[in-house]
Amino acid sequence: MMRFKGKVAHRFAESPLLRLSLPPWRSRLLALMTLGAFTVLIGRAFYLQVLNNDFLQEKGESRYRRDIEISASRGRIADRHGDVLAISTPMKSVWAIPSAASLTPEQTRQLAALLETDVRHLTAKLNSERTFVFLGRQIPPPVADQVAALKLPGIGLDKEYRRFYPTGEMTAHMVGFTGVDDKGLEGVELAFHSQLLGQPGSRSVIKDRRGQIVEDVGSTKPPQDGQDIRLALDSKIQYLAYSHLKQAVAENEAKAGGVVVLDVRTGEVIALANWPTYNPNNRETLSGAQLRNRAVTDTFEPGSTLKPFTIALGLESGKVRPDTIINCAPGRLTIGNATISDAHPHGALSVAEVIQKSSNVGSAKIAAMLPAQKMWEMFNDVGFGQQPRLGFPGEVTGRVRPWKNWRPIEQATMAYGHGISVSLIQLARAYSVFARDGDLPPLSLTRLDSSAPAGQQVFSAKTARSVRAMLEMAVQPGGTAPKAQIPGYRVAGKTGTAYKLEGRHYAKKYISSFVGFAPASDPRLIVAVMIDEPSAGKHYGGEVAAPVFASIMSSSLRTLGIAPDAPLQVAQSPAAAKPPAAKARL
Amino acid sequence: MVRLNVFLLLAVVACSLGVVTSQHKARKVFQALEAEQERARQLEIEYGQLQLELSTWGTAPRIEKIARERLKMSTPDTARVVSATPAGGPSR
Repeated sequence: MMRFKGKVAHRFAESPLLRLSLPPWRSRLLALMTLGAFTVLIGRAFYLQVLNNDFLQEKGESRYRRDIEISASRGRIADRHGDVLAISTPMKSVWAIPSAASLTPEQTRQLAALLETDVRHLTAKLNSERTFVFLGRQIPPPVADQVAALKLPGIGLDKEYRRFYPTGEMTAHMVGFTGVDDKGLEGVELAFHSQLLGQPGSRSVIKDRRGQIVEDVGSTKPPQDGQDIRLALDSKIQYLAYSHLKQAVAENEAKAGGVVVLDVRTGEVIALANWPTYNPNNRETLSGAQLRNRAVTDTFEPGSTLKPFTIALGLESGKVRPDTIINCAPGRLTIGNATISDAHPHGALSVAEVIQKSSNVGSAKIAAMLPAQKMWEMFNDVGFGQQPRLGFPGEVTGRVRPWKNWRPIEQATMAYGHGISVSLIQLARAYSVFARDGDLPPLSLTRLDSSAPAGQQVFSAKTARSVRAMLEMAVQPGGTAPKAQIPGYRVAGKTGTAYKLEGRHYAKKYISSFVGFAPASDPRLIVAVMIDEPSAGKHYGGEVAAPVFASIMSSSLRTLGIAPDAPLQVAQSPAAAKPPAAKARL
Repeated sequence: MVRLNVFLLLAVVACSLGVVTSQHKARKVFQALEAEQERARQLEIEYGQLQLELSTWGTAPRIEKIARERLKMSTPDTARVVSATPAGGPSR
């Protein structure tokens, strides 16, 4: 071991630098500053982690937390027996963000093939300036899965719903349809849109790396599916009405037609059909004529179908009795400078026969006994000039001019249904005052489960019954519409043949109509038929519309299992039905 | 003192392992629930599609066509209809 002996030449502690004595405050200051800096850091950390942590918390969560929207489906529309008329089923939409979507020509070709579009069309969409484009909508899920399997950049899929109408054109005007965004555009789809519409829900979840949901965080809002609507419509009767109408329009080479079937006891709309119609599942070539729900949105001058109301008012006010004799000779009546005429002149007719033979002169003479105000009030009471309040889009009120400026000739023509316009559904509903005991029930598109609402009394039960008896005569031999007879049932009804107004003049074009109900002993159904411009030779209501009424009514009564109320007899031979045809009139 | 600390340390380790397993189990169960809910949604959709199919097959025009053409059915002639009244008198 080596030892130092004597004085060591140089010692560490004697470094000249250390020999400098610095003032002690310098080191203290430095220590203090370091401490201060740490305090600030700790304070900041405390502030961020404890006092004001929302921002960072949110930022952190946004890395793994996702808000998911849960879609709700639109309600179903079903008929009164629960058969589905409209239903939504999920489909996919394919979208692209053009700036992010850079596809190879091969990929574009594949995508175009899957979406069944043109390659050039697709390329144009992908090169557009917009930030977001839909490449295809309402794509069936299997196809959408194939698109997803291509794993193309900038292309995504979304869930959406498509509406299907299994009954197609048969119920098109009643049910209507929705647009691509599930918005009701026509018919019941529009009328009950707010009830059918669902409310989408939402939930926030934590997703893991593989995109699987791991945990629910925060509150979830469950989706509210739209309500199902149960219509009063009976799809069997709707089919019968639709197919008979379609056939009649074709046979008579008519322009259009409409049928309304009402339940007498409840005021429910059992069937409503129009021709021309459309297929709501394929609406690519739609015309306005096809879309029009004529029975509700079109008005026409009803013609003779309005006579029973004039007669009923006459009976009600005590001016006439069913057996009062009205002189209808010589088949013409001049009021002012206008002349009313019967198609075939009659002599003296009883009030009942005025209905049976449909005499214009007779009706005009009875109307002349009635004050204009009373007649106007009666028209309003049975719903003419009033909204039917079905909630249907485009419902019309029809036209009944205020009584104060009626001229005598106008009152006379209104007595037999000219100078006044109504829709087919108004006409059908108005006849329920005769089918029931003088009261008018509100109409209902939806099925009524509780008891039927009370109607508003318009005529006394006695008046309603005697008009009912007259309407039954109109259908029997000697009346205007023996073709409306149904074997096994007593039928009551009235024909109408009206000239069409074109501009300000009546053209030689007709609207044939028939409104009736059965069984007459205890009415259950009202059927109203309207055929627009029959042009195959026949145009009288008794020839054109009455047979349609008979076929719809007889098959509907059979479908509903309503017991016959008349002794069965062999159906009338064509020869027996011929003479009344000549007697049919305006 | 040392023994207590060791005991507490072991307890903490055991507890944290418990938390990990229960969290794992919870996630497993949650995923199973998710899968079942997804299946329920799928079944709901399928039910809707089957209903659609049911109404498509059951439309009146198709039934009439089959009844008339394949089954050779027709509305009976009025002459062949017998009205049956319930015992105890005729109906209304």
